[in-house]
Amino acid sequence: MEIRPILASLHKHRIPALLIVLEIALACAVLCNAVFVIAQCVTDSRSLNAIDEQDISVIHIGGLDAQHGEDSVVRDLAALRAIAGVKAVAAINALPLGPDASFNGFTTKPNDESQVNTSQYLITRGAEKVLGMKLLQGRFFSDEEYARGGLLPTHQPDSHVVLINESDAKRLWPGQSALGQQIYSDGTPWTVIGVVANVLAQDPGFSGVSGKYSSAFFPLKPSADLSHYILRSAPEDRDRVLRDAMQMLGKLEPGAVLEPKTYVDIRTDYFASSRTMAWMLAMVCVVMLAVTALGIVGLTSFWVGQRRRQIGIRRAVGASCANILHYFQTENFLLSTAGVVLGIVFAIAINIYLMRYFELARMPWYYLGGGAVALWLLGQLSVLWPALRAAAVPPVVATRSI
Amino acid sequence: MMFGYYLDLALRSLKRNKVLTVLMVLALALGIGAAMTTLTLLTLLSGDPLPGKSGQLYYVQVDPYPKDHPFSHSDKLPWLMTYIDAMNLVRAHRAQRQVAISMSTMKLTPTTTQQRPFFSNGVMTTAEFFSMFEAPFQYGGGWSAADEEGRAKVVVIAESLNNQLFAGADSVGRTLRINDQDYRIIGVLKPWAPQPHFYSLYLGGRDYGDGDTVFVPLQSARAAGMDPVNSFSYEASDRTKLETSTSIWLGVWAQLPDAAAVSSYRSFLTDYAKEQVALGRFQQSRVGLSGLMQWLDDQRVVPDNVRMQNGLAFSFLLICIVNTVGLLLAKCLRRSNEIGVRRALGASRPAIFAQFMVEAGLVGLAGGMLGLLFAEFGLWCIRRQPAEYASLAHLDVSMFASTFAMALAASLVAGILPAWRACAVTPAPQLKSA
Repeated sequence: MEIRPILASLHKHRIPALLIVLEIALACAVLCNAVFVIAQCVTDSRSLNAIDEQDISVIHIGGLDAQHGEDSVVRDLAALRAIAGVKAVAAINALPLGPDASFNGFTTKPNDESQVNTSQYLITRGAEKVLGMKLLQGRFFSDEEYARGGLLPTHQPDSHVVLINESDAKRLWPGQSALGQQIYSDGTPWTVIGVVANVLAQDPGFSGVSGKYSSAFFPLKPSADLSHYILRSAPEDRDRVLRDAMQMLGKLEPGAVLEPKTYVDIRTDYFASSRTMAWMLAMVCVVMLAVTALGIVGLTSFWVGQRRRQIGIRRAVGASCANILHYFQTENFLLSTAGVVLGIVFAIAINIYLMRYFELARMPWYYLGGGAVALWLLGQLSVLWPALRAAAVPPVVATRSI
Repeated sequence: MMFGYYLDLALRSLKRNKVLTVLMVLALALGIGAAMTTLTLLTLLSGDPLPGKSGQLYYVQVDPYPKDHPFSHSDKLPWLMTYIDAMNLVRAHRAQRQVAISMSTMKLTPTTTQQRPFFSNGVMTTAEFFSMFEAPFQYGGGWSAADEEGRAKVVVIAESLNNQLFAGADSVGRTLRINDQDYRIIGVLKPWAPQPHFYSLYLGGRDYGDGDTVFVPLQSARAAGMDPVNSFSYEASDRTKLETSTSIWLGVWAQLPDAAAVSSYRSFLTDYAKEQVALGRFQQSRVGLSGLMQWLDDQRVVPDNVRMQNGLAFSFLLICIVNTVGLLLAKCLRRSNEIGVRRALGASRPAIFAQFMVEAGLVGLAGGMLGLLFAEFGLWCIRRQPAEYASLAHLDVSMFASTFAMALAASLVAGILPAWRACAVTPAPQLKSA
């Protein structure tokens, strides 16, 4: 198709043409960035977490008497273990994605300063079973290590063994085995006895990207410092087990505050705001695309209406319906292309702004490509109806009103 | 007179192309609705928590961190203070008023009912908290510096807690069981929840929503073994002795009524830091003194999601305006004949311009009205979100008015180009072709 006459006609209708280009450019820029943010939200909320989330229930217990804490925890855990359907129980200081967080920095040399917030998990015997942690190298803690584990006044674990995430093993000792290596915090050493598949951080939003998969596990004997009981059961027993456990603890610990939650809910709640954000963005994108499409339909149909006589003349001198249809489709393609090119420039500008002020990552090129294709398709779809109407203009129009 | 005529013309024109009119109004309304929803939220969340008083309140920061600590490489100052520094500054009394604050999760055990114990957001603070932040009392009052030094077991509670435990009665003198110890209630606040909760930033409290419920003197709370929600250690130290450890866990505020007070406090603070460097406690003499609004702004207390949504909504509004410009322009180009006739009959260019602007304004008003409905719907959606600010999302009178102003402005801006094109139409060719 010859595009020179199209360009000539667009040149004559500069302003409406520019408006279509601008609208497509803005829509393209917003679409690329919105889809990118949506993708980030979705990726975040699906973050891998190498524990059996479906099987875990959690009871936050607070306000235990610190003096008798140890006895209470031992007694409570024994009672919980006896509940039908409970496969394993343990106590832990905080959970991945949980609201209470305890961070520390670990290094491979005694007096370095760490730049990474590592989540510090203190666990009692059996916690690795309750959570379903996946051991990749080495071993879990022995019963003796669990029984001896306590806390120093600095709140650091006094056992000198630690389990670490595989991503920390790679970060701290690239190309070497982490087993048997030492990590330090403020001069205190721990020996790595095992490496586990990545368990998420306690509050990834606070620890930052570098701390997301930086977790260290330490053995601890039952103590009032461990404020969460974790129970493992089949997913179908979870709700009943949690109810029974609450009833049991309610009697055993009348003076404590008890807050039950399934692990699935902990994850859902942690990512609630990013899910809402994704939904809101998706909704606005749909409405925005609809408005853009209607704008193109509106403008093109007026355009067609204005040029009825011209179209009639072209038909009278031999242009087929298909020629007219293609004319408008090509015209829209040219406008969309200009819009998309400008839109990509805007999109990159917005991304740079978001990177600076919202700590967002750089947008990969395929979002730009995807946005461009989406708006090309949208343009072609919305021009179809007015273009078909134009193609239906009979040649006889040319002879009228002259 | 002429305005009435233009209005009539505009209505006729809008009625002639019903689908197009509906499209324009709908697009504008969606844009306005989205923009007003997010703007309302942003305005609420970035509002002044203590109007009239915030200009006098300053957040105080010093830097006890070692020079080679990773945090010292950032240009930021530690958010909180050690107990030693906080108490030195509060006891120096160099500002009109000064307070040190920390948050603690407190277990409350109802004695009157069969209810189970529950956790409450507790504030551990010093005596001038209530007068400095103008927290109004319903019954009783705050504690004195002497109560504090004497580790008195006294407590001030919020109205909501008083309603829950004492059915709203004057509970001054009664007992509240906190963390298994008895405290005497000496005051009940009126409803008080500054938004954002500026004083609990970094202390582990919520940023928005319901106010804190229990207020205990700092010394008494610590003597009873209450721990702060957040504490950050910059060196290994005994965490069980927070008063002497290298942990930061207190926020310090100063009330400075005028510029002279600010500059004299700043020099006091600088001298203090230098003195600490000389004593060997500090390695750096950096200090910070930020006005309340400045502090909230610097710490980006408004959630990023809300800012981003606001940007998105305004981009969407821009697209809607461009769309309206296009559609109005298309309409006006189609009416060249009519314009030609009116021009030939003596209508001046300004008259044509006015006529088209009135039409655009009508679209704007309709869009504003519908946009208001959309904004109400949008805010209703936000209230159903699990966010802590959810309950705050309501349209107020000024936002109500701004919706119309914004819709009208948007439509008039959208109308300028078509109206200008319309009045540029020359009558002769139009009459010929018609």
